[in-house]
Amino acid sequence: MLRDITLGQYFPGDTVAHRLDPRTKLALVVLYIVGLFMAKNWISYGLVFLVTIACMAVSHIKPKTLMKGLKPLIIIIVLTAVLNLFYTPGTQIIEGVPMTWEGLKKAFLLVMRILMLISGTFLLTYTTSPIALTDGLEKAMNPLKKLRFPVHEMSMMMSMALRFIPTLTEETDKIMSAQKARGADFETGNLLQRAKALIPILVPLFVSAFRRADELAIAMESRCYHGGEGRTRMKQLKYAARDAVAYLLGILFVAAMVVLRHYGL
Amino acid sequence: MSVIIQTENLHHRYPDEEEDSLKGVDLSIEKGSFVAILGHNGSGKSTLAKHFNGILTPTEGKVWINGMDTSDDEKLLAIRQTVGMVFQNPDNQIVANVVEDDVAFAPENLGVPSEEIRQRVDSALKQVGMYEYRMHAPHLLSGGQKQRVAIAGVIAMEPEVIVLDEPTAMLDPKGRREVVSTVSRLCREKGITVVLITHHMNECVDADRLVVMSGGRIIADDTPAKVFSQVSLMESEGLTVPATTQVLNTLNQQGYDFPLEALTVEQCAAAIAANLNA
Amino acid sequence: MSIIKVEDLSHVYSEGTPFEKTAIHNISLTIPEGEMVGIIGHTGSGKSTFIQHLNGLLKPTSGTITLDGRDIYESKQFTHDVRFRVGLVFQYPEYQLFEETVYKDIAFGPSNMKLSEEEIDERVREAAAFVRVEEELFEKSPLELSGGQKRRVAIAGVIAMRPSVLILDEPTAGLDPGGCQQILQNICEYREKSGSTVILVSHSMDDVARIADRLVVFSKGSILMEGTPEEVFSHPDELTEVGLSVPEPTSIAMALREKGVDLGSAIYTTDQLVSAITRWKGGPVC
Repeated sequence: MLRDITLGQYFPGDTVAHRLDPRTKLALVVLYIVGLFMAKNWISYGLVFLVTIACMAVSHIKPKTLMKGLKPLIIIIVLTAVLNLFYTPGTQIIEGVPMTWEGLKKAFLLVMRILMLISGTFLLTYTTSPIALTDGLEKAMNPLKKLRFPVHEMSMMMSMALRFIPTLTEETDKIMSAQKARGADFETGNLLQRAKALIPILVPLFVSAFRRADELAIAMESRCYHGGEGRTRMKQLKYAARDAVAYLLGILFVAAMVVLRHYGL
Repeated sequence: MSVIIQTENLHHRYPDEEEDSLKGVDLSIEKGSFVAILGHNGSGKSTLAKHFNGILTPTEGKVWINGMDTSDDEKLLAIRQTVGMVFQNPDNQIVANVVEDDVAFAPENLGVPSEEIRQRVDSALKQVGMYEYRMHAPHLLSGGQKQRVAIAGVIAMEPEVIVLDEPTAMLDPKGRREVVSTVSRLCREKGITVVLITHHMNECVDADRLVVMSGGRIIADDTPAKVFSQVSLMESEGLTVPATTQVLNTLNQQGYDFPLEALTVEQCAAAIAANLNA
Repeated sequence: MSIIKVEDLSHVYSEGTPFEKTAIHNISLTIPEGEMVGIIGHTGSGKSTFIQHLNGLLKPTSGTITLDGRDIYESKQFTHDVRFRVGLVFQYPEYQLFEETVYKDIAFGPSNMKLSEEEIDERVREAAAFVRVEEELFEKSPLELSGGQKRRVAIAGVIAMRPSVLILDEPTAGLDPGGCQQILQNICEYREKSGSTVILVSHSMDDVARIADRLVVFSKGSILMEGTPEEVFSHPDELTEVGLSVPEPTSIAMALREKGVDLGSAIYTTDQLVSAITRWKGGPVC
């Protein structure tokens, strides 16, 4: 049930995309998004599309997997498309129906933009383990430490959250089954009734989450955790030649987008 | 042998409680020994354990670890590095998403250089037999495996003592055997002092020494065989004795004369066979 | 008379994904009415998956389950009723308590059955009495209780539905010996007084051996052995082979046999072992 959600999941693998330094991948996603937002017309969109396909091929992620992850967002996508289709002034496609050719183009490009935006970020999470991602973020945000921004604490919190998602998901499943066994009904009734039906799940879940947090804190202290100061890491992030190539490609891509935009393509 | 853990007239009272949970415990544990602490729920055994690495501090009395007073905040880190703790719920003590990263947690906290952490992690995982699982996600392991990872996480800190607070309460029999044999091997082969807190009698059989707690006090402290032979004391404490002792004790009540110290299945069977074949 | 009949039951998790896993396959089992059945197997043997089929929480990938001769998926209404007629107490059931008071928590099941106030009240009191939860505790928050008390309240919450079959998954897990004894005694008394069928899932051979009429041994998703405790424990070697521990008296008897003292094969309690030894004096017992 809850286990089947693939949004933001990591698919272990051994492709070049998997082996890139997480910092590189984070930077590439930023460059990709910048490039995407520069796209204005068919040709520039086409280039972004090609780049997306190329990235998918490199990381061995099938379009089907991506589509599955997009499912929960379908409503937003459809809504964007419909709004643009109907509310863009221009030449009507069929006389009397408020749909315009301009609207059609705008809707299509916008949907493409959303799809590619999401695909790009998904490619990051699909190919980067959550722990590598937090490590990358921590490293990338390191300069902020000088401004007293709690970089270490933030990344520790994130990795803890990631660590406990599967545990709490499993627990939610168990509590749901236990309450169902006592005749609880989560599937029928109006919105208010359904919201009320969640109480028997949420209360035990919170109680247990607090108990876990408490025990975890003691366990961490027992293992000499005392904040980020003086801490070393077993795995140190190291850039390799492929990272340099990746950075170069990323910059080339953005440069190409700037040129295309300049010529209004 | 030198003493590594020593408590002196240790009292502890939790905030908002009217009664002391520990009422004057005097205990000294020798370096390299395997000590089991047995008691029913609420006997004070877990409270005692939490004093061994300064998670709790005495409200009266003293606790010394290698001569360091646990009430001294300055020594806290050194104490925690000397005494590693393994807790009951395996899920709530694993901090990372990958087994080897979890084992690396303590040495990282201690500021150990990267290459040395790598060595410590690999060696710790090998010692608990979890090296092949180093890249696995902890939540997909069995309970016994998770506890062995937790033990590795403690070993990587290179402590002198491992205190295990009911590490087997949530495990199935297979998991229990895995955990108990792992710690008992660590004690025998690596000379690590082991303090095992449990309410399962059969896990105490291998220990050098068995301490029984009740109502915040120590009520028995001897070799497991000697302690278990006090069948009526154990039963009055709501603790059962191993089936071996129970069988011999019942037979003795019917007029036989068996030594109650025959604790393992093998010893027990040997004693009975010797009698019957005579 | 059989109350539950399972035929060729299989269950595959996450079918069609890379995580596909067959949890149980081709299980057929008949549970006679009024019996205490012990299901034994270690973690991952499929026993927990199996019992969740009996009250319709999990849908079989293939196979059928009948309750009182009716397929539990015969009609929507009946599937719904099955939840109440087959009461399932999960492992660590105290983690499901959520109401402000003990009374309300025990009443959760019966109120989902849409019963009258009086009926609910009667059932709550009856269920609490079965597991020795005193009425003084009714207005307390479940969170204030001790571990053993919480567990008994949670069991009462299922008993209050007056199920004709009560299934308990590892009811003694994590309790100290005193707490274990008490829960097992409660369950035996409940069964005697109510006459219901009880299915007890456990990995503790010693517990189950003493109180069950029948044992079913699960291994790797199928049934390895089935029969009275005597029958099952007369195959100690097969049990140890799949990693299950036999009751300690059985291991002592096994060790004795190796030393030339054959006390017969059906020994699984200390009493049996003691009386076999006292009888042996005159020569081998068969």
